[in-house]
Amino acid sequence: MKYEIPIGPLHPALKEPIMIKCTIEGERIVDVDVIASQNHRGVEWIGMNRNNPVQSIYLAERICGICNFCHPSCLVIAVEEITGIEVPERAQYIRVIQGELERIHSHLLWAGVAAHELGFDSLLHYVWMVREKVMDILELVNGNRVTKSIIMYGGVRRDIKDEHIPKLRKMVEYYREGFNKIAKLFLEDKTIKMRTRNIGILTKEDAMKLATAGPTTRASGVKKDVRQDMPYYAYPDFEVRAVTPDILTGETVGDTYDRIVVRLLEVKQSLEIIEKALDEMPSGDILSEPKIIKIINQVKKSEGEAIGRHEAPRGEDIHYVKLKEGFEYLYAWKVRAPTYINILSWRPMLLDMQIADIPIVAASIDPCLSCTNRVTIVKNGKEKIITGDELHKLSIQKTRRLLR
Amino acid sequence: MNSGSCNGCDIEIIAALTPRYDAERFGIKLVGSPRHADVIAFTGPVTDDMADKVKRIYEQTPDPKVILVVGACGISGGVFHESYHLSGPIEKILPEAKCIYVPGCPPRPEAIIYGVVKAWEFLEGVEKK
Repeated sequence: MKYEIPIGPLHPALKEPIMIKCTIEGERIVDVDVIASQNHRGVEWIGMNRNNPVQSIYLAERICGICNFCHPSCLVIAVEEITGIEVPERAQYIRVIQGELERIHSHLLWAGVAAHELGFDSLLHYVWMVREKVMDILELVNGNRVTKSIIMYGGVRRDIKDEHIPKLRKMVEYYREGFNKIAKLFLEDKTIKMRTRNIGILTKEDAMKLATAGPTTRASGVKKDVRQDMPYYAYPDFEVRAVTPDILTGETVGDTYDRIVVRLLEVKQSLEIIEKALDEMPSGDILSEPKIIKIINQVKKSEGEAIGRHEAPRGEDIHYVKLKEGFEYLYAWKVRAPTYINILSWRPMLLDMQIADIPIVAASIDPCLSCTNRVTIVKNGKEKIITGDELHKLSIQKTRRLLR
Repeated sequence: MNSGSCNGCDIEIIAALTPRYDAERFGIKLVGSPRHADVIAFTGPVTDDMADKVKRIYEQTPDPKVILVVGACGISGGVFHESYHLSGPIEKILPEAKCIYVPGCPPRPEAIIYGVVKAWEFLEGVEKK
């Protein structure tokens, strides 16, 4: 006997609105369907119809509050490529540091959420307490804890001052010391190992077929990282290598445990990059053109199209931008967030698993639905589902009428 | 409850609950279901898809109740105002509800805790009457 279990769109196990429809046979999951679009806010439309290109940077930041550096970064890379705005070298280094700080905070955030999904709440609280250190640094450097508003066409808006550098180094030290404890808690704990080893396996073939990105694909053994394959900013100086779980464990399984390993190793890698960037950061300007009006005019005069790619904490983020001469807004703007492709890997991961594994497997790709849902997802079944929802609404209304 | 927000406010709400800010020491406790709640925290500008769910969540919560609107989106739509897929802000969907607004994009965890305290003051006032 087959049953259908809808999970979401609002569910305590999910942090964001999305609906997963699982067909089950006993405890075994036999089919999975994902229904998105609850979070669609029309960001691209606003960028193409209301905002000037500089305002769109701040709009791109609010595509996602967690990876709020990677989206404006992609947009800026694309527009800079079209218009030919130069970026000073110091700004490139600051951008690298910002990107890596974001990766640390995002991966720690994810580690906490994963612990919570396993029912290990004291670990959630511990990891989030450790995470506050990087939030303090973000606040010190950017003036805000979450949205940074630091990137601008032709550089960055705020410098990393000399008095910030000792504090940044202290943070790197703090995480280096704390890393072993977190790694021990996550990788050696019996409960976590039991709940994540061989759970939600994504094979290398599936990962390649679904073109997954970021830690999800690297945990399956695919060596894919934009920072390695197509370095941007000052990344060519750092020689970043894609992290795969066999570095630590000696084998690649592609399960949830491996995805934890990859994220932890990436935190370590980010610390190294930040340290090296602080050592080698050149002095000089941080913005090639401080007058915003001039930048807006230059963007308005340019014509062409480009793609901006950035390795976000969740994977490769791509923005396609087209500018037209004399057109006030972005002529075309298409965002492809990493979760958009990673979400499809839920199906191969969840098949043949148990219902109790849904939260941790769903969380293991670090879904960021506010990124994804800007893209309208058109599915064949969508119309039917809306009708179902409406029917439900009508039925509730009728019950209420009868009760009166 | 996330009604189509960018996550910025949501992570600050969780930050308010975790050890640095530790809202639980003030007696603020997260519950798993709106049926057990006194205060519902809403984030986001309320997209078309979520409008009906916002109403349902509000109706599921027992009286007396207060809505804590966290972030600029819930107040006016924030950066997303004028978008074609918004039914919000929350005021428009739940005109009869008592709202406590916490402005900011995103607000700091301290501000969120202050908002909950305001909501508590309001609820206590109601109960006295």
